[in-house]
Amino acid sequence: MKRALWIIITGIIVAVLVVRTASGNMESPFAGIEGFGTWFAALLTLAIMSFLYDDNPLYRFAEHLFVGVSAAYWMVMGFWSTLVPNLLGKLWPSLTAQLFMPGLADTTHDPLWFMYFIPMAFGVLLLLRLFPKGGHLSRWALAFILGTTAGLRLIAFLTADFMGQIRSTLKSVAGLTPAVLPGGSPSFSFETMFWDLVAVIAIMAALCYFYFSKEHKGSFGAFSRIGIWVLMITFGAGFGYTVMGRIALLVGRIEFLLRDWLAVI
Amino acid sequence: MRRQPARSPGCLDRHCLPSPTGYRSGRCGGPAALLPLLVLTIWALAGAGLARAQAGASDVSAGDTPSDRGESITVSWEPAPGDRLVDGTVTGYRILRSRSPEGPFEAIGQASPGAARYDDADVENGIDYFYRVETLSLEGAVRSPVIGPAVAQAQWINTNQWNVFVVLVLLLGFNIYYIESIRAGQKPFIRKIAGLEAVNEAVGRATEMGRPILFVPGIQDMNDIQTVAGITILGHIARTVAEYDSQLVVPTSRALVMTTARETVREAYLSVGRPDSYDENNIYYVTDEQFGYVAGVNGYMVRNKPATCFYMGAFFAESLILAETSNSIGAIQVAGTAMPAQLPFFVAACDYTLIGEELFAASAYLSGEPKQLGSIKGQDVGKFLGMVSIVLGVALLTLASVVGWEPLVQAAEFVREFWSTELA
Repeated sequence: MKRALWIIITGIIVAVLVVRTASGNMESPFAGIEGFGTWFAALLTLAIMSFLYDDNPLYRFAEHLFVGVSAAYWMVMGFWSTLVPNLLGKLWPSLTAQLFMPGLADTTHDPLWFMYFIPMAFGVLLLLRLFPKGGHLSRWALAFILGTTAGLRLIAFLTADFMGQIRSTLKSVAGLTPAVLPGGSPSFSFETMFWDLVAVIAIMAALCYFYFSKEHKGSFGAFSRIGIWVLMITFGAGFGYTVMGRIALLVGRIEFLLRDWLAVI
Repeated sequence: MRRQPARSPGCLDRHCLPSPTGYRSGRCGGPAALLPLLVLTIWALAGAGLARAQAGASDVSAGDTPSDRGESITVSWEPAPGDRLVDGTVTGYRILRSRSPEGPFEAIGQASPGAARYDDADVENGIDYFYRVETLSLEGAVRSPVIGPAVAQAQWINTNQWNVFVVLVLLLGFNIYYIESIRAGQKPFIRKIAGLEAVNEAVGRATEMGRPILFVPGIQDMNDIQTVAGITILGHIARTVAEYDSQLVVPTSRALVMTTARETVREAYLSVGRPDSYDENNIYYVTDEQFGYVAGVNGYMVRNKPATCFYMGAFFAESLILAETSNSIGAIQVAGTAMPAQLPFFVAACDYTLIGEELFAASAYLSGEPKQLGSIKGQDVGKFLGMVSIVLGVALLTLASVVGWEPLVQAAEFVREFWSTELA
């Protein structure tokens, strides 16, 4: 019964589409590559949206097409935008320009061009995973990647997340705004003082929550519970803000269906 | 106040001096006699104006920009007298550069009024450059003398960030100290992290139900520290899965993450003596495309209905789509990320969530290794110092703003400057 209902609904929709297309109210899928593209994109959008009902063959088709095409696309992009200009183009610029990229801007050797043999060697080591006997050698490349990542990110995190946060928190909580003109007197605002105090206390409480080597009991535990409240209030505000952004994406897609495809708005 | 006596503007004749009463004596000649004096006055005033316009930037100097990697020369000057906020006539400063003191000089940039320096970042190291600063004003342009040669060079140490070095040494020192203490036998206390306590329960549930366990390591590559933390937690989960002889599935959106995850899971299976149970086909690459990856993982979820889903790593817009799909199939969900915009979704949709730094602490907590436990303890001491700095700094700044006592103001400014990431 359920299936029959869906078949009837789908049939009605298809009939409406055929009538609208035949009467010239909608672009025909056979009118050219643009019309075909609009129809294909619209049907794939509906196929993906059908997941809201349940898993079905249409969704499966769209999913496999999306995954396959995007995986191939990223592989090709990785080769042409990374491997060729950043490795082959550095090691053998003239040959690369001749064989792969006639538009390669710089065909002269970098002064330290031979250094690029190191990433090439690591790349080869990673590919050795394909051979059972040499698979363990790929760990060298992985160790290098993980080690350099940790080292490079250490300073970035220290300055941005640790020092930067402390620097931003350091402010007077007297609620005084300095005078604009020299010789003038500062103005007092209770509201400024209140929110500055809230900011400082909230940050201290949240820091207590992320203190791992002390048991959260007594006054410390109570203060860290304020920290959880601070986090949850922040997450609530973030949730609403992000959902608004997602609604905008949905509106954009529905606009495509109604205007570009169905031409009803 | 005593009134200044009036005086004929152009008259320099001593007989024309004002009388003590303030009224003209009336002994000056007629209008024809005033004409030469008027011309003289106009000439004098015009001369004064010209002199003002000709006063350009002074004390111009050029030299290597300190504490950088080279390829930059700093040109500095004293602003021109006419460079004032109110009724100023200077409209800017044009910087001219040449490879020779004789020229030709070409304009390489412009600084706005009030500026006293310009960083020329378009130079090569080890080459002599000569500069002139042209003061642009409403009255015209005035060029400074030729300054130079200035040579750019790289420095090994950035002295503008000595405070970062101090903080880094302190934090690393604490870490090393606590690592060594734990190695020596000290037992550190680490508070329970609720999300991790649930791992065994979640894996056990999947085993009982005979369904797989899904682990999603985010959509970033191995150069993201959250992915690294996620993979570390994957190692622990894989050990538990291997002990329970359950099935672990890890779809990845990056080839390198797949390689690392395979290596980690293989190690985990080996460590519990079940290398034969390891199947590398369960750890597979889907696609780099964000929503293509989501479509693939969602499809897997609804078809295979994993009993437990772990999300550990860096997530973006896909977080809620994954968590909601997993929720719809009734899976236990444990998430962990440091992405502030995605945490609300995981908190709302998952059973347990590792919030921010809990994700990084989790791997140490799970491993029980002295190195990782010591680093948690060391970081906590760092946090404590940060809290003390905030309390002291806020107290100092508040007192300084109320009292205005100069030494207090300077102390408060020092504390604030110390935490700046780039000192002046």
